[in-house]
Amino acid sequence: MQITFPHMGDMAVAVKALFQELGFSVVVPPPISRKTLNLGVKYSPEFACLPFKINLGNFMEALDKGADLVVMGGGCGPCRFGYYAEVQREILQEKGYEFSMYVIEPGIIDNIRKIRETFGPLSMRKVASAVRLAWNKAAAIDEIYSLVLKKRALEAEEGVVDKLYAGFIREIDEAMSLDGIRRIKKEYREKIEDSSAEYKRGLPLKVGLVGEIYLVLESFVNLEIEKKLGQLGVMVERELYMSTWLLNFFHLRNDEKHIKRAARQYLGSFVGGHGIDSIGNTVRYSRRGFDGVVQLGPFTCMPEIVARSILPAVSKAEGIPILTFFFDEHSADAGIQTRLEAFVDLLERKKRQKMRGSEYKGEIVYGQ
Amino acid sequence: MASEKYYLGVDVGSVSTDLALLDSFGNLVEKVYLRTRGKPVEVLKEGLKFLEDKYPGLEIDGVGTTGSGRALAGVVLGADVVKNEISAHAVAASRIIPDVKTVLEIGGQDSKIIIIRDGIPVDFAMNSVCAAGTGSFLDQQAARLEIPIEDFGNYALKARTPVRIAGRCSVFAESDMIHKQQLGYGLPEIIAGLCEAMVRNYLNNVGKGKEIEPPVVFQGGVAANVGIKAAFEKELGCKVHVPEYYDVMGAIGAGILAREYILENKKKTNFKGFEITDFAFKTSSFECDGCPNHCEIVNIYENEKLIARWGYQCARWEAV
Repeated sequence: MQITFPHMGDMAVAVKALFQELGFSVVVPPPISRKTLNLGVKYSPEFACLPFKINLGNFMEALDKGADLVVMGGGCGPCRFGYYAEVQREILQEKGYEFSMYVIEPGIIDNIRKIRETFGPLSMRKVASAVRLAWNKAAAIDEIYSLVLKKRALEAEEGVVDKLYAGFIREIDEAMSLDGIRRIKKEYREKIEDSSAEYKRGLPLKVGLVGEIYLVLESFVNLEIEKKLGQLGVMVERELYMSTWLLNFFHLRNDEKHIKRAARQYLGSFVGGHGIDSIGNTVRYSRRGFDGVVQLGPFTCMPEIVARSILPAVSKAEGIPILTFFFDEHSADAGIQTRLEAFVDLLERKKRQKMRGSEYKGEIVYGQ
Repeated sequence: MASEKYYLGVDVGSVSTDLALLDSFGNLVEKVYLRTRGKPVEVLKEGLKFLEDKYPGLEIDGVGTTGSGRALAGVVLGADVVKNEISAHAVAASRIIPDVKTVLEIGGQDSKIIIIRDGIPVDFAMNSVCAAGTGSFLDQQAARLEIPIEDFGNYALKARTPVRIAGRCSVFAESDMIHKQQLGYGLPEIIAGLCEAMVRNYLNNVGKGKEIEPPVVFQGGVAANVGIKAAFEKELGCKVHVPEYYDVMGAIGAGILAREYILENKKKTNFKGFEITDFAFKTSSFECDGCPNHCEIVNIYENEKLIARWGYQCARWEAV
């Protein structure tokens, strides 16, 4: 049995550790590239959203490398995602691939039965140690990445933070023990802290990132928007991480309470996906004094479209500028870059005006 | 002339390349409007040559570039400021009408709206769907109808009852225009209908959800079209100002930004001088085979020397 699964950010490191610790062999799909995208686009329904297409491309590349068991997420609406695994299975079967698929659906009892059917009997001790290793990797990655999101805006030398982060991911991937993970995390935390100099723009600008989870987590599909913001001298924060999502999913943490409370004034009910999170977190960022919010979603994403149409009211009432990007396979780098530059200029001028506490006198301020 | 300080703003767009020469106070001295014709570097050199010939011994103290070709123009000229079009247009509009609240800008291939309050931009949008409402489409239609683009707007003003044209997409708009022509509607009515369709499309797409308040400034190449201006006024119910130098506002903005950057930071300009009109600039591109992304890397050479490179996604090609 050769297990594969879709990419989403750096999730593969943790998922690979989980299955390998359980004694299975894993085929990690090749890193998402234009080839992945082209494959996915070619064989997907045109109006499926971008995550569907990239997932499909991942599966095809992994199956070509010998994988025969695809593990995919499921769920039941209102977002279409719950249906994706079924459609992807059919497309891949029609293409002649031979494989089986394990779809993670809600419901613990059902899953335990299905896991036994698919993976055979597993010892509880082994499961516990595999989960512990995978979880610690996921948490370490998210902890260091949240630091990367801030420190890019301060790096002394362009690109140094990303180079350190790439080294960190390589080492975490190889780490076999919790002690090792802890040591690597500590080492890289210090290195990244040491790499920072001063704010590239001469003042701190903070942007909160909200939106659909796949587009937020996967930098290939969002055209490295976090990196672009960092290069423009903006510190980025986000609530969506693989580890926090899992904690909430297993009811070990309850962010929903805060999000719902913050969103209540604008949106009172669940609209699927992360729609209500986009509203609630925008309100929370605004009240925490952030300078702006960037919303990301795949083109045709219903929950984010709902959020998008409410955000102008939030922007006005809370006084926070918001920029929205919807991505599909046609999204072009130049358009994103121009809009981001203009948005960051706008945030900077607003901030300088506020810092001066006086009326605008016609002076213009600059980045770099 | 030698004692004066001058600043140069350059806007390299899809359709036109504009140069604005500003004096030490940031006022416009000279503007140059050239068609880009897909040869941005050559046209840029042509513009510089014009300025050099007209103002011999001209000394430039700061250069700003903007537009879709801003990065290229930036390395060719040695620009001090390389700014996005939105910031440049906002600055230029605020300079000309200080209490401006809304800027409508329609260029060759993009259109934008900028909302300004108390002198700073607070919101903006750019067309994300289709170029149906932009200059190059109007250009095409004018050519198809064999009307000089300069007269296009005047035709619209002659219309008694504009025909309704489907303006969502340029292909459908064109077939709808042909259809209406074949039904026998007059040219002025069709052109006026096209102007209204473009404005409707712009306001529903780019202007969606934006608080459009007067004073409204309309700039960019398309602002020359009196038909579009009239359609905006009709739709918005307020006066729309077209500044005198509506066609080079981006360049003016880039020049103002360069001036303020130099003054604020007490810097010396990076401008390479008018000699660059004699330099040979060359670009070459190749496909990197390092990974399945197959990035198309572009090299920019100045007199055979590599001065810039872009198009890559990873660190492999970072060093120039």
